[in-house]
Amino acid sequence: MRVVAAMSGGVDSAVAAARALDAGHDVTGVHLALSRNPRSYRSGARGCCSIEDSNDARRAADALGIPFFVWDMSEEFADEVVDDFVAEYAAGRTPNPCLRCNEKIKFAAVLDRALALGFDAVATGHYAQLRTAADGTIEMHRATDHGKDQSYVLGVLTQEQLAHSLFPLGGSVKTDVRAEAAERGLQVATKPDSHDICFVADGDNAGWLAEKLGPRPGSVVDEQGTVLREHDGAYAFTIGQRRGLRLGVPADDGKPRFVLDIEPVSGTVTVGPRERLQVDALEGIRPLWCGTAPAGTLECTVQLRAHGDEHRASLTVDGDRVHVTLHDPASGIAPGQAVVVYDGTRVVGSATIARTHRREPVG
Amino acid sequence: MTQQQTVYLDHAATTPMVPEAIAVMTEQLARTGNASSLHAAGRAARRTVEEARELLASHLGARPSEVVFCSGGTEANNLAIKGLFWARRATDPARTRVLFSAIEHHALLDPVTWLAKHEGATVETTPVDKIGRIRLDALRQAVETDPGSVAAITTMWANNEMGTVQPVREVVELAAAHGIPVHSDAVQAAGYLPLDFGASGLDAMTITAHKLGGPVGVGALVIRREVEPVPLLHGGGQERDLRSGTIGVALIAAFAKAVEVTLARQAETTARIEALRARLVAGLTRVVPDAIVNGDPEPGAGHRLPNIAHVTFPGCEGDAMLMLLDAQGIECSTGSACAAGVPQPSHVLLAMGYDERAARGSLRFSLGHTSTEADVDRLLAVLPAVHERALAAGMVRQR
Repeated sequence: MRVVAAMSGGVDSAVAAARALDAGHDVTGVHLALSRNPRSYRSGARGCCSIEDSNDARRAADALGIPFFVWDMSEEFADEVVDDFVAEYAAGRTPNPCLRCNEKIKFAAVLDRALALGFDAVATGHYAQLRTAADGTIEMHRATDHGKDQSYVLGVLTQEQLAHSLFPLGGSVKTDVRAEAAERGLQVATKPDSHDICFVADGDNAGWLAEKLGPRPGSVVDEQGTVLREHDGAYAFTIGQRRGLRLGVPADDGKPRFVLDIEPVSGTVTVGPRERLQVDALEGIRPLWCGTAPAGTLECTVQLRAHGDEHRASLTVDGDRVHVTLHDPASGIAPGQAVVVYDGTRVVGSATIARTHRREPVG
Repeated sequence: MTQQQTVYLDHAATTPMVPEAIAVMTEQLARTGNASSLHAAGRAARRTVEEARELLASHLGARPSEVVFCSGGTEANNLAIKGLFWARRATDPARTRVLFSAIEHHALLDPVTWLAKHEGATVETTPVDKIGRIRLDALRQAVETDPGSVAAITTMWANNEMGTVQPVREVVELAAAHGIPVHSDAVQAAGYLPLDFGASGLDAMTITAHKLGGPVGVGALVIRREVEPVPLLHGGGQERDLRSGTIGVALIAAFAKAVEVTLARQAETTARIEALRARLVAGLTRVVPDAIVNGDPEPGAGHRLPNIAHVTFPGCEGDAMLMLLDAQGIECSTGSACAAGVPQPSHVLLAMGYDERAARGSLRFSLGHTSTEADVDRLLAVLPAVHERALAAGMVRQR
């Protein structure tokens, strides 16, 4: 196959490209330029947009002896990922831009361009496994390395997208991948893992959003509606957040308080005790299924955030909505996050959380 | 992957060294001797350098003392424009304006922009017409508004993306009336057009070895004796006190040899290359009828370089075509600068009035002394399929 290896400049994608090459594919390395104004060098947070990362990717491609190009996806990324991220926060939700990027950029804009240019597939350094079922459908499963498993952020991929994807690292553990990179003489072998959101400098999410959205003052209140303090923008808060609330006076019972709810129009942030964060049902919109949509009620497990726990659940699909009843309650779940549905290790699909139901709903 | 013979159509980026220059350079690399040393080895090195200087000067219509060797085109341009600006401003503080054309190479644009940002220069762009030639009327107006405030004018001899030749003689005449020094970046022109520095009336001219069959890493600023720009590099003062640094004897010897060999064959080579270009353009418009060949359609030393064909493919992205051609073993360029590996829309095409999309959908094919009919035919053979794919990919992106 003719394969585009998406190379971020990190160790995982470099080894993924090497393995695709070893598997006999005709591989072309492509680094995605996602930032309109790439920083010359990383500052603090490990991004995927710096010139240094681009150079690292080029160096790895050269070492593998494969052609290498930079594709400018900055416009698509700004429109589909960054603007969406800002709009979601402005609406009081907590989006996951990595899922969005996989859905709209890596396995959409990039894949479409690759297919149009005569390639057959896109290979990435994601940790997830693809298997072909007896009926020919492509199944996506959790990675062997559970600590690194990235099937959650890939839960947005459809059968069509999976059919043109390669995840050569899904059966490996990270330490082996690093060792392999060193063995292959790839300079990125010891490069630290990336964390944080790639387009937010230094991991300062609240500061970055404040710059984009400007001051949007509101109040922090308790469940009785008593104003505890004023704030400059509700986007600085996330449901389930405990730290940095700066409430001054302790709660009557002296127990820590958490963000329970964010009301986007008024900017009111409600805080309360931990037990009020418990969610036992949720409603999802924009479902995306890796194969056919489940019929009837599916006994499954769900994951509600990247590297989060699995929760046993029942799921029913109702057109473009899904209803999930959690058998193990979850805590601190925010609208905007993705619910990814698993049948054992197999990814069934995903949806965006629109609403959560607590044992005793707030307000 | 099957190995195939590559077709090199990027001679404007760099062209293969001529065998004679490789021979001279290899021979010189085996020798020891600092051209500034006083012993026999030093004297031998010095002799090689001075003979090279004389040879080069004789081929360029310059005096040997007017040839200042340096590391290449970028350094020569920096020395010329910064040096002239500083020197003219020092003698006459009113002279703070620098006039340059909108289509200069980044090796000139960036030092000019730097002067504006850090040295208080007022820099003014001279616009160009649709084929990429500077508009003399606009330049004349800019000068005559306030001639006493102009420190220097710079205009390239031929544009590196389009190949369009600039009216250097007319610019010199216009400037001479007001005592304004003129510099020209002749890096692209030197291998393909007859240049006579003395007859041109220029005060300074940039050339570089690797565009005409010499090695990368050496070039020269040809500059009149009376002009004393402020140096960029301070040290041993090896080159007329204008440029310091141990003299690269082997590089300079190979540079001179390349100039000698290339210019001796120039008429014959350019006629052959012009015919190849005609074949390329005719074939191109046949296999991709909506392709647009940019720049001056007229051949000849007053119009365009014989070796560059700059083509816009409507609906395609230049970098996609480049990648597809590369996969077929055909090497060309989008012609414009990259930022972090991403081709930027060409400032030259934008200056010529093209929109950003057209500017992104262009390729530069540049021929050279090793190009053959087979090279052109191979490009024409793969182009229809490449174009079709690039068009499909272009539509994906516009969706």
